[in-house]
Amino acid sequence: MSDLPLIQADRAVPPPAATTSTGGRRRRLRLLSRTDRVVITLMVLVPLLLVTGFVWLPAVATVLLSGTNWDGIGPLNEIEFVGARNYSDVVNIYPPFVPAIQHNLLWLAALFVVATPFGMFLAVLLDKELRGSRFYQTALYLPVVLSLALIGFVWQLLYSRDQGLINAVFGSNVDWYGDSSVNIWAVMVASGWRHVGYIMLLYLAGLKGVDPSLREAAAVDGASESRTFFRVVFPVMRPINIIVLVVTVIESLRAFDLVWVVNKGRNGLELISALVTQNVVGEASRIGFGSALATIMLVVSLVFITIYLATVMRENRQ
Amino acid sequence: MSTATATRRTEDGVEAPARRKLTPLRLLLHGFLITVALTWLFPIAWAVLTSLRSYEYTAANGYASFGGWTLDNYVTAWRTAEFGKHFLNSVYITVPAVLLTLFLASCVAFVIARFSWKLNLVLLGVFTAANLLPQQALLIPLFRLFTEVPLPEFMSDSELLYDSYWGLILINVAFQCGFCVFVLSNYMKALPRDLYEAAMVDGASIWRQYWQVTMPLCRPALAALATLEVTWIYNEFFWATVLMRTGDKFPVTSSLNNLRGEFFTDNNLVSAGSVLVAIPTLVIFFMLQRHFVRGLTLGASKG
Repeated sequence: MSDLPLIQADRAVPPPAATTSTGGRRRRLRLLSRTDRVVITLMVLVPLLLVTGFVWLPAVATVLLSGTNWDGIGPLNEIEFVGARNYSDVVNIYPPFVPAIQHNLLWLAALFVVATPFGMFLAVLLDKELRGSRFYQTALYLPVVLSLALIGFVWQLLYSRDQGLINAVFGSNVDWYGDSSVNIWAVMVASGWRHVGYIMLLYLAGLKGVDPSLREAAAVDGASESRTFFRVVFPVMRPINIIVLVVTVIESLRAFDLVWVVNKGRNGLELISALVTQNVVGEASRIGFGSALATIMLVVSLVFITIYLATVMRENRQ
Repeated sequence: MSTATATRRTEDGVEAPARRKLTPLRLLLHGFLITVALTWLFPIAWAVLTSLRSYEYTAANGYASFGGWTLDNYVTAWRTAEFGKHFLNSVYITVPAVLLTLFLASCVAFVIARFSWKLNLVLLGVFTAANLLPQQALLIPLFRLFTEVPLPEFMSDSELLYDSYWGLILINVAFQCGFCVFVLSNYMKALPRDLYEAAMVDGASIWRQYWQVTMPLCRPALAALATLEVTWIYNEFFWATVLMRTGDKFPVTSSLNNLRGEFFTDNNLVSAGSVLVAIPTLVIFFMLQRHFVRGLTLGASKG
């Protein structure tokens, strides 16, 4: 594919000469003028303040608020710490919580067991430089450029009870988005539709980066194609495999837009992300409560973000 | 298909793959891939098809029929949903946000790539991880922050960061910076170091090294990221939904949800509206497909 010379170029260029030796560094620092030092500070500080102020401080505040009884309106000095009460309330007296956890796990399972492997499988097939490979790829990642909110509307045309294509063709009378026993599956199909293309794209890029001589050696040894893939290519792709795994987990944790456009995450479509939002912008603003839910999300995502960072940083150092 | 033939390359004298004989296995493979590709295209094709048919016709003959072609749905959808206004709102938010993201991210990436300080790794982590956090988890403090920060009236008629374009631009920049820092710093690290040595011999300041040496060389990566970020910020739904109140100020993607009420009984209108909203991203995708794919894979192959 002609899209990837950059990555291969990245790989081909030897890493820049190390400048970490103390002598070299001291010389370099002394070479910087005062203006240079001010400029460097500003170049880092402005973006850093923005990210800290809008992402990291709110993340810390969420964790802190989850231990309080703040109502979201009153002055901040009336806040009382209530320990883990919000968490026990979430688990014990909040009916949508258990379904939401189940749906998030189901979402993860569906992406992980069906959509992600299917995307990987298609990438392996498309890696063969077939005739028309470009057409297949385009068709598969076309959904990736659409927003999930829009995807909700596009699939409504298939799912709607009275005007949807599925019911018209099969003569059924199911309200795919409305019936709480099927709507989570309907939404997951729409989400998987997009996810497959995304994973295919990521994995295909990874496959293009695999040293072809590995495959040639396996072929000389008489290994079959599937054996070559599982025994040689797949293990070499370990970093990409981890990235694909993390992307899948994060996507399923962040799933929100689709259920929000369907019914704001109620009636069969409860997700943690939707519950948090309901508790802030909905009629009842329960801040401590919502923060406890948000903290659960944060903790799970941070575990996988750490795995992700460890993987990509190790890759970079090599 | 013709593009595939055109870009086919013969490598190292190996016979071009596409000229290989069609074995039954290959035929099966093609059959499978064509089926999958057409299935994947179908929902979009169906939306386009539905949008071109009159409601009266489909109501009378059902959707699994053929006929009733019209462009009226587009006219009606454009007018009732006030798409002109919402598209403009999307432009107000997307263009400054993308430019600011690329500028700020390239600054940080330059420092990370140019110097080998120990703190750089931490910096890279702080930015990259921020991009991956679930937005909803940060909503509660941010919501309060946005309703507390005042803006002068000429900047926003709400006089707050809440319900203002400025607020949405800033939050999008803060979230998207991480990805761009990550991609750009990797890209910049692969540039030859001699460039800087030469620039320093010439007495170029750090700013000139950044702006006149590094940035011009990063054009391919910047183009790829710009394509990707325009799509992402245009597609952004959550922040605009929760941090905006005035319906007139919603960008197009989040205004979709308000259409539901206006269009609720007419799927043909819904499809025309959906196609209208999809058009900018589809145009970007087809015109700049190379950049789009490169942007995603640049991020992916290294992270």
